[in-house]
Amino acid sequence: MKDRKTLGILAILVVVFGLTALGNPQFVSVFNLENILRWTGLYGILGLGVAFVIVTGGIDLSIGSVVGLVGVLLPWLLERGFGAVPAVLAVLAVGLLIGLAHGLLITRLRLPPFVVTLCGLLIYRGAARWIPGDQTLAFGTGHDGLRSLAIGFPIGLPLLMAVLGGGLAIPLWFRFRHERGLGFPVAAFLGALGLLAMVAPVPVLSELRAPAPLLVLFGAALLAALVLNETVWGRYLYALGRNETAARYSGIRTERMTVAAYAVCSLLAGVGGVLFALDVNSIQPAMHGNFYELYAIAAAVLGGWSLRGGEGTVLGVLLGTALLRVLYNAINLLGIPTQLEFAIIGAVILLGVVADELVRRMLGRRGR
Amino acid sequence: MSGANPPAAPRLAARGIGKRFPGVQALLDVSLELHAGQVLAVVGENGAGKSTLMRILAGIEHPDAGTILLDGQAVVLESPRRATGLGVALIHQELNLADNLDAQANVFLGREPRRGPFVDRVAIRAGAAAALARVGADFAPDTAVAGLAIGQRQLIEIAKALSQDARVMIFDEPTSSLTASETETLFELIDELRLQGVAIAYISHALGEVERLADRALVLRDGRVAAELERAQISRATLVRHMVGRDLSPAAARMQSGGTEAAGSVPVLQVRGLELARFPGRTIDLSVAAGERVGLAGLVGAGRSELLAALFGLEPVLAGSICVGGRELRLRHPADAVAAGIALVPEDRKEQGLLLEMAVRANVALASHGRQHGLRLDHRREIAQAESAVAGLGIRTAGIEQRVGALSGGNQQKVVLGRWLALDPRLLLLDEPTRGIDVGARQEIHALLDRLVAQGMALLFATSEMEELLALADRALVMHEGALAGELARADLSEESVLQLATGGGARVEAVA
Repeated sequence: MKDRKTLGILAILVVVFGLTALGNPQFVSVFNLENILRWTGLYGILGLGVAFVIVTGGIDLSIGSVVGLVGVLLPWLLERGFGAVPAVLAVLAVGLLIGLAHGLLITRLRLPPFVVTLCGLLIYRGAARWIPGDQTLAFGTGHDGLRSLAIGFPIGLPLLMAVLGGGLAIPLWFRFRHERGLGFPVAAFLGALGLLAMVAPVPVLSELRAPAPLLVLFGAALLAALVLNETVWGRYLYALGRNETAARYSGIRTERMTVAAYAVCSLLAGVGGVLFALDVNSIQPAMHGNFYELYAIAAAVLGGWSLRGGEGTVLGVLLGTALLRVLYNAINLLGIPTQLEFAIIGAVILLGVVADELVRRMLGRRGR
Repeated sequence: MSGANPPAAPRLAARGIGKRFPGVQALLDVSLELHAGQVLAVVGENGAGKSTLMRILAGIEHPDAGTILLDGQAVVLESPRRATGLGVALIHQELNLADNLDAQANVFLGREPRRGPFVDRVAIRAGAAAALARVGADFAPDTAVAGLAIGQRQLIEIAKALSQDARVMIFDEPTSSLTASETETLFELIDELRLQGVAIAYISHALGEVERLADRALVLRDGRVAAELERAQISRATLVRHMVGRDLSPAAARMQSGGTEAAGSVPVLQVRGLELARFPGRTIDLSVAAGERVGLAGLVGAGRSELLAALFGLEPVLAGSICVGGRELRLRHPADAVAAGIALVPEDRKEQGLLLEMAVRANVALASHGRQHGLRLDHRREIAQAESAVAGLGIRTAGIEQRVGALSGGNQQKVVLGRWLALDPRLLLLDEPTRGIDVGARQEIHALLDRLVAQGMALLFATSEMEELLALADRALVMHEGALAGELARADLSEESVLQLATGGGARVEAVA
């Protein structure tokens, strides 16, 4: 059942991908695809974070502002003589602390997540503008090593696909039989395709390099999938998202799990914030990260996460993010007025949610 | 008191009503007649189908079979709005008032008179004042509902029904939360409504009220009509006989006894001077021994659920000590209680017990993860645990991957029990162990609880059902307003003895120290 949504989004992704490629051959150029992959990596990290909050039935509206704040703090600290590593650790700590604060306000004072994180959205944006006096920041030329975290291409894409696809497909087949789901066929297909592209020249694919943010995303996604599917914590998160009262009545410390979920979300927003800042290298405090929380939430919802909580897969978030990036790219390449960008993305999400609801009702009626 | 000559056609008649919920035949071939100026009492044990029947008459539920006639005309009550439009009003057990509004706004809630696009406050005030006067309200129409007592709120509900020209009024357990004087006021009002020609259905557990009010009585048992009694036949003894289907004297109850007497052994649970947050100044002392089944009886709101919640770390207590196995506990979270070997089967299994959308497997295993070492989710152990619960408790399910929401009430309750039994708790708390469960599953659960007790588990359960108390309890503690009103040994258990203590009457029995 949980795979139905993922399968649906995968189908839409393939269709949109194919139609765009037909409409404009530029779409499948190496340069363009590498860009899409990098942006998918960057936005996917945020989507993964917000999924942890969504699974509890909560929401985090502050992600974009955390991206903005972290993006401002990192060059600001570097300018003040911090080393690259301490500066990155410091801004990640800021993200973590922000998440802890959200979680504690939500569980201890029982404030609605919407309100807490809406206030966060305003506060962190204000701080991001005030700290550098609203001046645009950049990393200059001295931090190319650090910047390669965002703009580098450490390995070829076929190698990544082969290692990751094979590395996932094999344990999925042998160990996690109970909930293998759609992960196995997708991993196996990608792994095989990667291997093929390594041994024989496949047009475009063999030339593609894997952008560094995509590697970060896959690392985070692997961790997230392990936590959500193979640990007790994951079971607790899904359980409390379904019915927090029943989870608490079962002796689960639901408050702690909720705090942890908000901490993970803001920490990943911080990771994303670091990478986004390094990527653009020109950080306007008033703009940087604006609306990113909505992209993240949209990717999760598109990927099958229910805002009521307790439902969704990691693969879904990745596919949802990829679809959003492909759509965005298609709008540009197909000559659709870019003013329509939000309208088109909004309409696609709405259609997806409506179609899913209709299918659910149809199956529900047949099941009775 | 009985209506003179009832008119030929009843104001409202139901014929052959049937209603099935998943797993339960709630009503089967039930007929009743409500006459103008008469009170029909509808009695029966919990789960007998009283409330379902009344909800059907009020248009909230829809019958699977049967017809409803209003003044001889067949009608379809497809919604509560339609029912009120036809003059049938239900006075809810839980009052349905918006307590952020004032009395007059509630009287006209949802059908505000208007002048142009605006709410006509003058008309509301006048209409509400008249309706409230008819029910003898002692407060102004613009009093905020939040500040009113339960009895006064009920008057607003009745006034609301009157202002809609209700000719049929259904009272669902109206006195369950009322004080004695509020109850008397209500009875006088019902007498008055009867004189005004309203046809009244009155659901109650309290048989004294039925004796006082009813012109006729309809006794339901397991969804069927067990008896229809005329005024002259109504007595407590006949009502009880028809409700339970047999004579129940204390002697008869004793006959069924086989109580494990565990006197002298170390108590598993020992509570001293416990002061519940909702009942400051009232304290509770009690103890439960290994292999003992102790029942908590009392009226709605007496504090039974609050006591169980406090023992499970769900609610803070003001004072007192809770010892399990001789060790004093500080219960700040259910996790603390679970760690100490306490389990709670909650009152509302859908809201508090189960993850309805998740599989039997995940539901059964939910409480056990905390016991294991490490973080890895052990799927194999989870499967083994779920399969042993399904086999051991006789859970009827398509398999352990079946969604719990698709199971019947009895099987859902077994899933909750299975979750706790996997932990082998020392003390099992149950709040209404078989509420809303059909008779067969109820007996299975009772038999299961017997087995657990035989293995030395201590049971403390709250129940509103006399039959269950008699079937399960080695002794009963009767609660009244947040304190123990008394203790009854199994031999002294009877509806009368429990009710006397539950209503605050009767000598205070020394609590066990």
